[in-house]
Amino acid sequence: MTVSMVKALNDGLRKALTDDPQVLLMGEDIGRLGGVFRVTDGLRKDFGELRVVDTPLGEAGIVGAAIGLAMRGYRPVCEIQFDGFVYPAVNQIITQLAKLRHRSAGRISLPVVIRIPYGGGIGSIEHHSESPETYFAHTAGLKVVTCATPNDAFHMIQQAVAEDDPVVFLEPKRHYWTKGEVAPATEVPLEQAVIRRSGTDVTLIAYGPTVPVALEAADIAAEEGRSVEVVDLRSLSPWDVTTVRASVHRTGRAVVAHEAAFSHGFGAEVAARLQDEEFHFLEAPVVRVTGYDTPYPPSRLESDWLPGVDRILNAIDRSLSY
Amino acid sequence: MANAVQDPLSEASLADPPIQLLDPSGKLSTDARLPLDLATVDLPALYRDMALVRRLDTEAIALQRQGELGLWPSLRGQEAAQVGAAYALYDRDMVFPTYREHGVAWCRGLDPVSLLGLFRGTTLGGWDPYAHHFNLYTLVIGAQTLHAVGYGMGLYRDGSTGSGDPDRDTAVLAFLGDGALSEGETNEAFIWAAAQNLPVVFFCQNNQWAISAPYSVQSRIPAAQRAAGYGFPGIRVDGNDVLACLAATRQALDQARTGGGPTLIEAVTYRVNAHTTADDATRYRAAEETEDWTARDPLERLRTHLETTGAVTDEYFTDLEQRERDLAERLRAGCRGLADPDASSPFEHTYAQMPADLRQQLREHLEFVSTGPQDGEQK
Repeated sequence: MTVSMVKALNDGLRKALTDDPQVLLMGEDIGRLGGVFRVTDGLRKDFGELRVVDTPLGEAGIVGAAIGLAMRGYRPVCEIQFDGFVYPAVNQIITQLAKLRHRSAGRISLPVVIRIPYGGGIGSIEHHSESPETYFAHTAGLKVVTCATPNDAFHMIQQAVAEDDPVVFLEPKRHYWTKGEVAPATEVPLEQAVIRRSGTDVTLIAYGPTVPVALEAADIAAEEGRSVEVVDLRSLSPWDVTTVRASVHRTGRAVVAHEAAFSHGFGAEVAARLQDEEFHFLEAPVVRVTGYDTPYPPSRLESDWLPGVDRILNAIDRSLSY
Repeated sequence: MANAVQDPLSEASLADPPIQLLDPSGKLSTDARLPLDLATVDLPALYRDMALVRRLDTEAIALQRQGELGLWPSLRGQEAAQVGAAYALYDRDMVFPTYREHGVAWCRGLDPVSLLGLFRGTTLGGWDPYAHHFNLYTLVIGAQTLHAVGYGMGLYRDGSTGSGDPDRDTAVLAFLGDGALSEGETNEAFIWAAAQNLPVVFFCQNNQWAISAPYSVQSRIPAAQRAAGYGFPGIRVDGNDVLACLAATRQALDQARTGGGPTLIEAVTYRVNAHTTADDATRYRAAEETEDWTARDPLERLRTHLETTGAVTDEYFTDLEQRERDLAERLRAGCRGLADPDASSPFEHTYAQMPADLRQQLREHLEFVSTGPQDGEQK
């Protein structure tokens, strides 16, 4: 079946609500309206206002209340309306949600999912295009995952809901309306990276919003006779070092693409691990192609600011120049 | 330049004196707003628990001075507020404490030694929050108020509030201090609890000081008056009067359990000691103030009442003194006996299943720990 990522998420959430009566959704405007992106469209009608909860406007409240619900045996799926609005909830996420399993020596389990539409490229105003993934990936106790296709959206959201640990679930909003085939089942564990395209010359590592861009770049590179392997990380914490290492072991070259800023970004983590563990097999330095160390720019500038196809191709050229 | 206004806090406070059922001289009174059937109250037991909790606190301070604890937040002066509130709880009610609710923990039946681990550095928790329906201490001010709200949402969805079944209906008791009133998260918790009519009682121990900040830094009005703005009842009681605290909490919990929604209780009390053993209260408040409050001691008034009414015998006090000594010894021995946690424990409980990378870090760490200091390193 071919559906948009929004519909795939909606279907995945519907299935999660159907399969487990302890699952509930909560967030701003998710019930009556169906969410500003319509990810929860129709769910309130079918599951009722106690399971698809229109919350007061307060992100700390959403996550803090989800913690209490989880302590009472529920599996809350929170929606944060936009990436840039998660920060009021960060105290609850980092000081409470991430730590209570550890603090309680495993007695408290908090199966909370925090869905966040993230990333740029939609011509939006400020606070609506951010990439906050490393704040969460840097916090022990959280899992951080991101989907790049409707199929992954459908399966990964269900896998995230089934997790006993808190999961920050990042949805690349500019691909919300991209359609794709959705399979009825998946064999791929939530934390496993997937090779989206096989290649032999260079490994291009992407996640979330940069995956389709990476695939497009790989297509163009192929026309120029360069064989690019594209790895979709899918999970940032924990992340699948094994798959990435195996690919780079073969190609000897790695390029990492993400929208988040360059310095201290996830690419730095990938580069550090590769130089540590594949040092003798690297033919070139690991190249990063990312957003810049600036606030997210006004939307008129975003297409050049983001790591688009041309910048990724330049990065591949640089890697291959060694 | 300061505005030339009257002290609004004093005016508002005078207009809304805390309800009192047992005055500092040990005399009982009644108040129509807060009926209390004394036949349902075990006064000797209340006093005994307050005395034991004070001893627990005193002993913990001593242990900190001896270097056995890194830190201790004293509850001295707040025994009535905590024991009174705790006595109103059903076993199944859930409590979300701050980090100073040692008296509530005691009444919930926690092993008092388990309170010490957090402050000795042997654990970040210390007890099973579900076994006693008493969550782990929350150190981030106000954060626990939202957990209480979520738990209350769960109770509502479980049909465990307002069901009409007195053996089923359950409430949540969230503790907070006057400092927490200024946190945004507390404000959100009040809003959520009000809008959803949740079975949550917010018990604010207004102990007048948030470290060095007097209550006037947080508010121009008594805390209880804030509740009206959110749309639920607020009640202001003498926090050094164990009966008023018990009656107010019992009334509020009953209302919450039966579907009547939240209440904010302001227990007006005083933090007799510094914020923690690491704090120096002489830098920001006058000794006279502390002396003034000490004269309104929560234990003394009940002791006086018990003695003057002949409710207890000398044997009661002899027995209590022995219990206090036993408790102190149990704390001293228990504290010193708290084992250092296993080096692998943080790794084991960070995730439900240890990720492969973390497993590798654990292996490296255990190898490092097991080989001890290397050449050139300080012992």
